Amino acid sequence: MKIAVCIKRVPDSETRVKIASNGKSLDEPGVKFVLNPYDEFAVEEALQRKETAGAGEVAVVCLGPAAAQETIRTALAMGADRGVLLQTDVVPADGYVTAQALAAELKGGGWDLILFGKMAIDDYNQQVGPMVAELLGLPCVTAVAHLEIDGSKGVAEREIEGGIEVVEFPLPAVITADKGLNEPRYPALKGIMAAKKKPLEVKPVQLGAGAIEVVALTPPPERKEGKIVGEGPGAVPELVRLLREEAKVL
Amino acid sequence: MSAILAVCEQRDGTLRKISHEVVTGARRIAETVEAVVCAAGPVQGADQLGRFGADKVVTLTNAAFAKYNPEGCAHAIAERVKAGGYAAVVFAASATGKDLAPRVAAKLGVGLAADCTDIAADGGTIVATRPVYAGKALLKVKVATKPAVLSLRPNVFTPVERPKAGVAETVAVNVPVGRVVVREIKAAEAGALDVAEAQIVVSGGRGLKEPANFKVLEDLARAFGGQAAVGASRAVVDAGWRAHADQVGQTGKTVSPTLYVAVGISGAIQHLAGMRTSKVIVAINKDKDAPIFKIADYGVVGDLFEVVPRLTEEIKKLHG
Repeated sequence: MKIAVCIKRVPDSETRVKIASNGKSLDEPGVKFVLNPYDEFAVEEALQRKETAGAGEVAVVCLGPAAAQETIRTALAMGADRGVLLQTDVVPADGYVTAQALAAELKGGGWDLILFGKMAIDDYNQQVGPMVAELLGLPCVTAVAHLEIDGSKGVAEREIEGGIEVVEFPLPAVITADKGLNEPRYPALKGIMAAKKKPLEVKPVQLGAGAIEVVALTPPPERKEGKIVGEGPGAVPELVRLLREEAKVL
Repeated sequence: MSAILAVCEQRDGTLRKISHEVVTGARRIAETVEAVVCAAGPVQGADQLGRFGADKVVTLTNAAFAKYNPEGCAHAIAERVKAGGYAAVVFAASATGKDLAPRVAAKLGVGLAADCTDIAADGGTIVATRPVYAGKALLKVKVATKPAVLSLRPNVFTPVERPKAGVAETVAVNVPVGRVVVREIKAAEAGALDVAEAQIVVSGGRGLKEPANFKVLEDLARAFGGQAAVGASRAVVDAGWRAHADQVGQTGKTVSPTLYVAVGISGAIQHLAGMRTSKVIVAINKDKDAPIFKIADYGVVGDLFEVVPRLTEEIKKLHG
């Protein structure tokens, strides 16, 4: 099986967000960057599929700054075979621009599967996977929490409101991974050592500006200072009164 | 601003309520709103969209639309947009909308402003606000794509009645045979509300001590008379106590209910990411220093096994 996994370098979810002096982006110094958690499910799925097939290749493709080589090395340490960095200083706010660059790299690659995380936890754009599928003319299933593949046929399950959608699709296909798809492995020391020697190709890319422009990045509105209504069950009648009369939600 | 296309949803031939939010959101940026829904036949409830400001309600019909048909719906909507000269196309950031909106945007050759919590028209340009970095920041973007493609976070755009004609039109459409086919929908437990859609969410964390104790939260949810769903923190989902479908947080669902009750949840940043846009937050926790109290509107410090049953009793009295 020949599988591509598109990954992203994102700030760790526990990062304290400080806004840069331009008022439009994250102040990066001191921020810890990690492999996007949803992409870990995608990498793991690719590795398991290749292991089950007994042969094949897992390539990771990342659009990002030079420092994203480290993110690619994480995926290589998990077991991916090679990496490609589409190097750009700025990851565009317009997801379609990112999708075009990834599609151009993946086109004609003879992939059986192209995997993504269902979204990146920094910009919450949740669109690049299905857009790449459209650009490549491939079938796509998003937010997949369970996947079975038999030859050139796949069955995926995705969570919807109040149920689970069971979806059939043919391969080759684009799949975006949700939590629950698998349990991502931690890179072992042996994997980390091996990753240093695996091929990582850096390709500078020139991206269009796109038509979605950042106006401002701001802290969320402070929630009004809350109050401790009281201690123990005795505080409940007052809580209910406040919910009715002050908050007017009951 | 010229007309906006509001993409509505149906399941089993009944309009989904989230469609009211989509039309309400679309009306914020334009006078003229056309609602569109893909279905196999007539959609029950579609005639109500005029109440929320739809000038016209168009049902695009095809036998293949009985269940969600990602490729067929994307094709039909993109064709409608290309022919109609709309300034914007608005989706719900629901499970279906999150899947459909990027497909349509790509067919139109534009990006998507996803999961917006506010949209406005600034002269001829649409400005959208979206939570990013786990809700720790808001990103305001100018959407200069033609058309603008937007999706709206559920439960944020409270439906507003602004009656319009709501003229109904049915158009039979041809679509290519889909490769991606929804074979079935395994329904969740009968009557169970989804945490992403419920008006009230009662969530439990590690403070519940063991899976069976979620019964106290289920009792509370029931006391609210069918409007409440039971959610869970990542810790208890990872421990296998609750299903992932119930998880609220960065790697679970994002919810914006009218009332969110966090029980025995300390308030890790990844949990707050999923619920900080709730209208009113109540925290019940025995640790008075738990971070959840920092964002809660009302807190009760105490043993949840004493506080929650008492709350259930009081709520039952109200709904008596």
